[in-house]
Amino acid sequence: MTTTSPIEKAGGATATYVDERVGSNKFLSRNLGKVFPDHWSFMLGEIALYSFIVVMLTGVFLTLWFKPSMAEVVYDGSYVPLKGILMSEAYDSALNISFDVRGGLLLRQMHHWSALIFIAAMAVHMFRVFFTGAFRKPREFNWLIGVGLTTFGLLAGFSGYSLPDDLLSGTGLQIARGIVQAVPVVGTWAAFLLFDGEFPGTEFISRLYGVHILLIPGLILALVTIHLMLVWTQKHTQFPGPGRTNDNVVGYPLLPVYMAKAGGFFFIVFGIIALVAGLVTINPIWIFGPYMPDQVSAGSQPDWYIGFLDGALRVMPNWETILFGWTISWNVFIPALVVPGIIFTVLGLYPFIEAWVTGDKREHNLLDRPRNAPTRTAFGMMAITFYMLLWVGGANDIIAVAFDLSINSIIWFLRVALIVVPPIVFVITRRTCLGLQRKDREKLLHGYESGRVLRLPHGEFIEVHQPLNEKELAVITAKHDYVPLPAPDKADADGVRNKHYRVQMLRHRLSEFFYGVNVPKPTAAEIEAGQHHAEEQAAIEAPLHEYEDSDVIFNAHGGVLHHPGMAKTNAEQVEGVDQRH
Amino acid sequence: MTDMSPHQGSSAGHENAPARLGYSPVADIAHKPRATDTDPKAARRAERQVATMFLLSMLFVVLFVVAYIGIDKTTVVYIPVLGEVGASNVALGFTMGMAILLIGTGAIQWAKKLMPDVEVVQQRHDMASPKRAALEAEANYERGKEESGFARFRIIRRTLIGAMVLFPIPLVVMLRDLWTPTEFTEGKSPAELLSTTMWTPGMRIISDGTYQGAHSEIDSGGEMAGDVEAAEDSIAFRPIRPEDLPVGGLIAAIPQELPEVEHEEGNLNARGKAAIILVRMEPQDIRSQQGDGWDYQGILAYSKICTHVGCPIALYEQRTHHLLCPCHQSTFDLADSGNVVFGPAARRMPQLPIGVDEEGYLVAMSDFAEPIGPSFWERG
Repeated sequence: MTTTSPIEKAGGATATYVDERVGSNKFLSRNLGKVFPDHWSFMLGEIALYSFIVVMLTGVFLTLWFKPSMAEVVYDGSYVPLKGILMSEAYDSALNISFDVRGGLLLRQMHHWSALIFIAAMAVHMFRVFFTGAFRKPREFNWLIGVGLTTFGLLAGFSGYSLPDDLLSGTGLQIARGIVQAVPVVGTWAAFLLFDGEFPGTEFISRLYGVHILLIPGLILALVTIHLMLVWTQKHTQFPGPGRTNDNVVGYPLLPVYMAKAGGFFFIVFGIIALVAGLVTINPIWIFGPYMPDQVSAGSQPDWYIGFLDGALRVMPNWETILFGWTISWNVFIPALVVPGIIFTVLGLYPFIEAWVTGDKREHNLLDRPRNAPTRTAFGMMAITFYMLLWVGGANDIIAVAFDLSINSIIWFLRVALIVVPPIVFVITRRTCLGLQRKDREKLLHGYESGRVLRLPHGEFIEVHQPLNEKELAVITAKHDYVPLPAPDKADADGVRNKHYRVQMLRHRLSEFFYGVNVPKPTAAEIEAGQHHAEEQAAIEAPLHEYEDSDVIFNAHGGVLHHPGMAKTNAEQVEGVDQRH
Repeated sequence: MTDMSPHQGSSAGHENAPARLGYSPVADIAHKPRATDTDPKAARRAERQVATMFLLSMLFVVLFVVAYIGIDKTTVVYIPVLGEVGASNVALGFTMGMAILLIGTGAIQWAKKLMPDVEVVQQRHDMASPKRAALEAEANYERGKEESGFARFRIIRRTLIGAMVLFPIPLVVMLRDLWTPTEFTEGKSPAELLSTTMWTPGMRIISDGTYQGAHSEIDSGGEMAGDVEAAEDSIAFRPIRPEDLPVGGLIAAIPQELPEVEHEEGNLNARGKAAIILVRMEPQDIRSQQGDGWDYQGILAYSKICTHVGCPIALYEQRTHHLLCPCHQSTFDLADSGNVVFGPAARRMPQLPIGVDEEGYLVAMSDFAEPIGPSFWERG
């Protein structure tokens, strides 16, 4: 097709004009055909990106009407129940957006929903990356950036939640202030500096506003940009499959297929957020009323992503120490700052820890199936369990009411469960992974069970095993059997003492722990023999299919043998029998 | 860096693979042609579907504008499942959502049905730069080090490092005035401010009628008749006599002078520290108090601010005399000095000593004896 429309001609001229100034054609020639692998789980990161774009877009609109001020005004808008009530300008303008700006409530709800989806999508995307080992070399930096994005995402969410100055958001800030005050040594001063004095003061909302609309989004935008540039240059990882190796990338070219799919998906995410925001109310600030430091409503709940921190605060025993006249509030400091600090530090360092423990220095572009890294998968499940239990803690009052339980028993259950359940989940997950590995090994050695029992002429009964198809074979054989690091020697052959013995020994033990459980993949010859055996069985079966070419075959038990093109389900089979007789 | 891999065999089995662009389709996967690949009718049908979606998207934009102009922002409609909702919000959200969504579904349908669905292969390359690049970079570094004399001029190097360490200090120092004391807080340390409230000996305790939630049955938009307003006045901001509070009852209360404190003078700050609850129980039910005779005929006054992280507390169970924080479920026993019976709070609820003045109204006998609200480092 060489026909060129006037628009295309103009486009070509523009491309030349730009190229002569910035050299863009070099980039385009390399990248318009860039290949992206396809898998549903790769869309999770896309959801995060697209919902972030929607957050920014709707956020810009909201700034046009929102007034980040704690000055006192009397409400005189369309929402009758609050008429004449004293409130901050922030709350007043948030109500105006909700009731007196047409489409304002829609924008507010889109902003809130897309923020919730942004953080949820990042979390699930992170699970995908973790369980498939996509964080391994060369992608460790991108994992770190992802952890940073998640952290800033939480801060962005919380700072936004706190801006409208309704009763719930103010309560959230009061708790945040209590947490800051619990920081040893500097906490009190930090709280006074942040809030310009005592709580709630008159400055905090406008200060938080700058953080929420400039500082945090700026950081997120910068990190997202680097994140995507790295994905671009490092090329996306891919799942194992036929023709897919560690050195190639199999998928669809950017232009047109990937661009149409990814671009279309942006509009789908955007459209669904708009639909949800139009149909489902979120954060109805008008019900909560203006913030007063001595008012609160029962069932106060944060947004979902803060739930685990709130849960940690609730579950923590009430420890406080007074040391030489100074107060250390372990009951607040540990759950609100130490626990999330540890969670995010371990999360960020995980790729480096795993690389050190395993001594694995190869580049990994083929993803692991979670079962093939049992220890990692078990760690991940353990961490998720811990997080979920904290999250349950954050909803303990709701659960108590819904299931008619005592809050005290829920808290005591969680205090024990947080320590006991994650290790149990670790063990169960690792065993499950091994079971699945064993199943894979079976399939490689014998093909898979067809469920068809055959009686041979000499009276022997066999179950026909079928050879694996190409895709399955490629997926299962992609497993790599790792070997734990060898145990170090105390001294070398010349009797010189090994100075690093202890560290090496620790590393050896950890490596044994990490790689020690594994069902080895059969050798190539064994796989060959296994698949060959399955083919032989299929061959034994073959004459039966030929025997009555297109008719149903009854064997001695009255069971029905399959042959290609024949009905598979019972219903279809019965139907087929009826027609024939 | 993104070299296309050379042709691998023929693409005879993949008619719609863009082989002419230098891709190689994955030769060893059998490709099943789609209906749209083989049946021109199906292809035309898919084309129509995509165009219809784009067309509907345009229609929804028109409907959005119509809804924006036509629907009054205060109209409320009943929609099954959703309940009573703002008509404008639902209409705008639905039309805008559909307009955007249909662009997306159209594009995806186009990609899936009409664009090539054969996967292609590209080669990857190690991320590491070629050895030559590393050597060149190192040579450049050495040259820079040599020419600048960074290694030789030790004193320059050390003073530069010193200057670089110190230069951000002004930026940090300036943060000190994030807190500028007012005439009311001048000269007081954070710890002093957190340790005192506006309660003084003899200050009357008045009921708190600020918040509409407390008396919402009467206060709904200020359209009430005069006598009801009078009744409202009698509840809000009124000094309390002991007989106003029956046994088992609870009143949220504040200092009499609080309503006169201007917003700019820190009304909310003062309120956040001075808010109390009054509860009355049979005197023989009181097992202990924070001070001798701090009650008045079984009426006890406690801070309303939780000692955990500062949520206001008002969930009171009169049978057990337990006070429960709605945020983190710390539970305090008001019949037993406000001690913690469960939950994450470490300290008891501070009690305010009360009595009556000569006219028989409840008054504070002093400020709280200990700081109210969440702990802080200097609290001791």
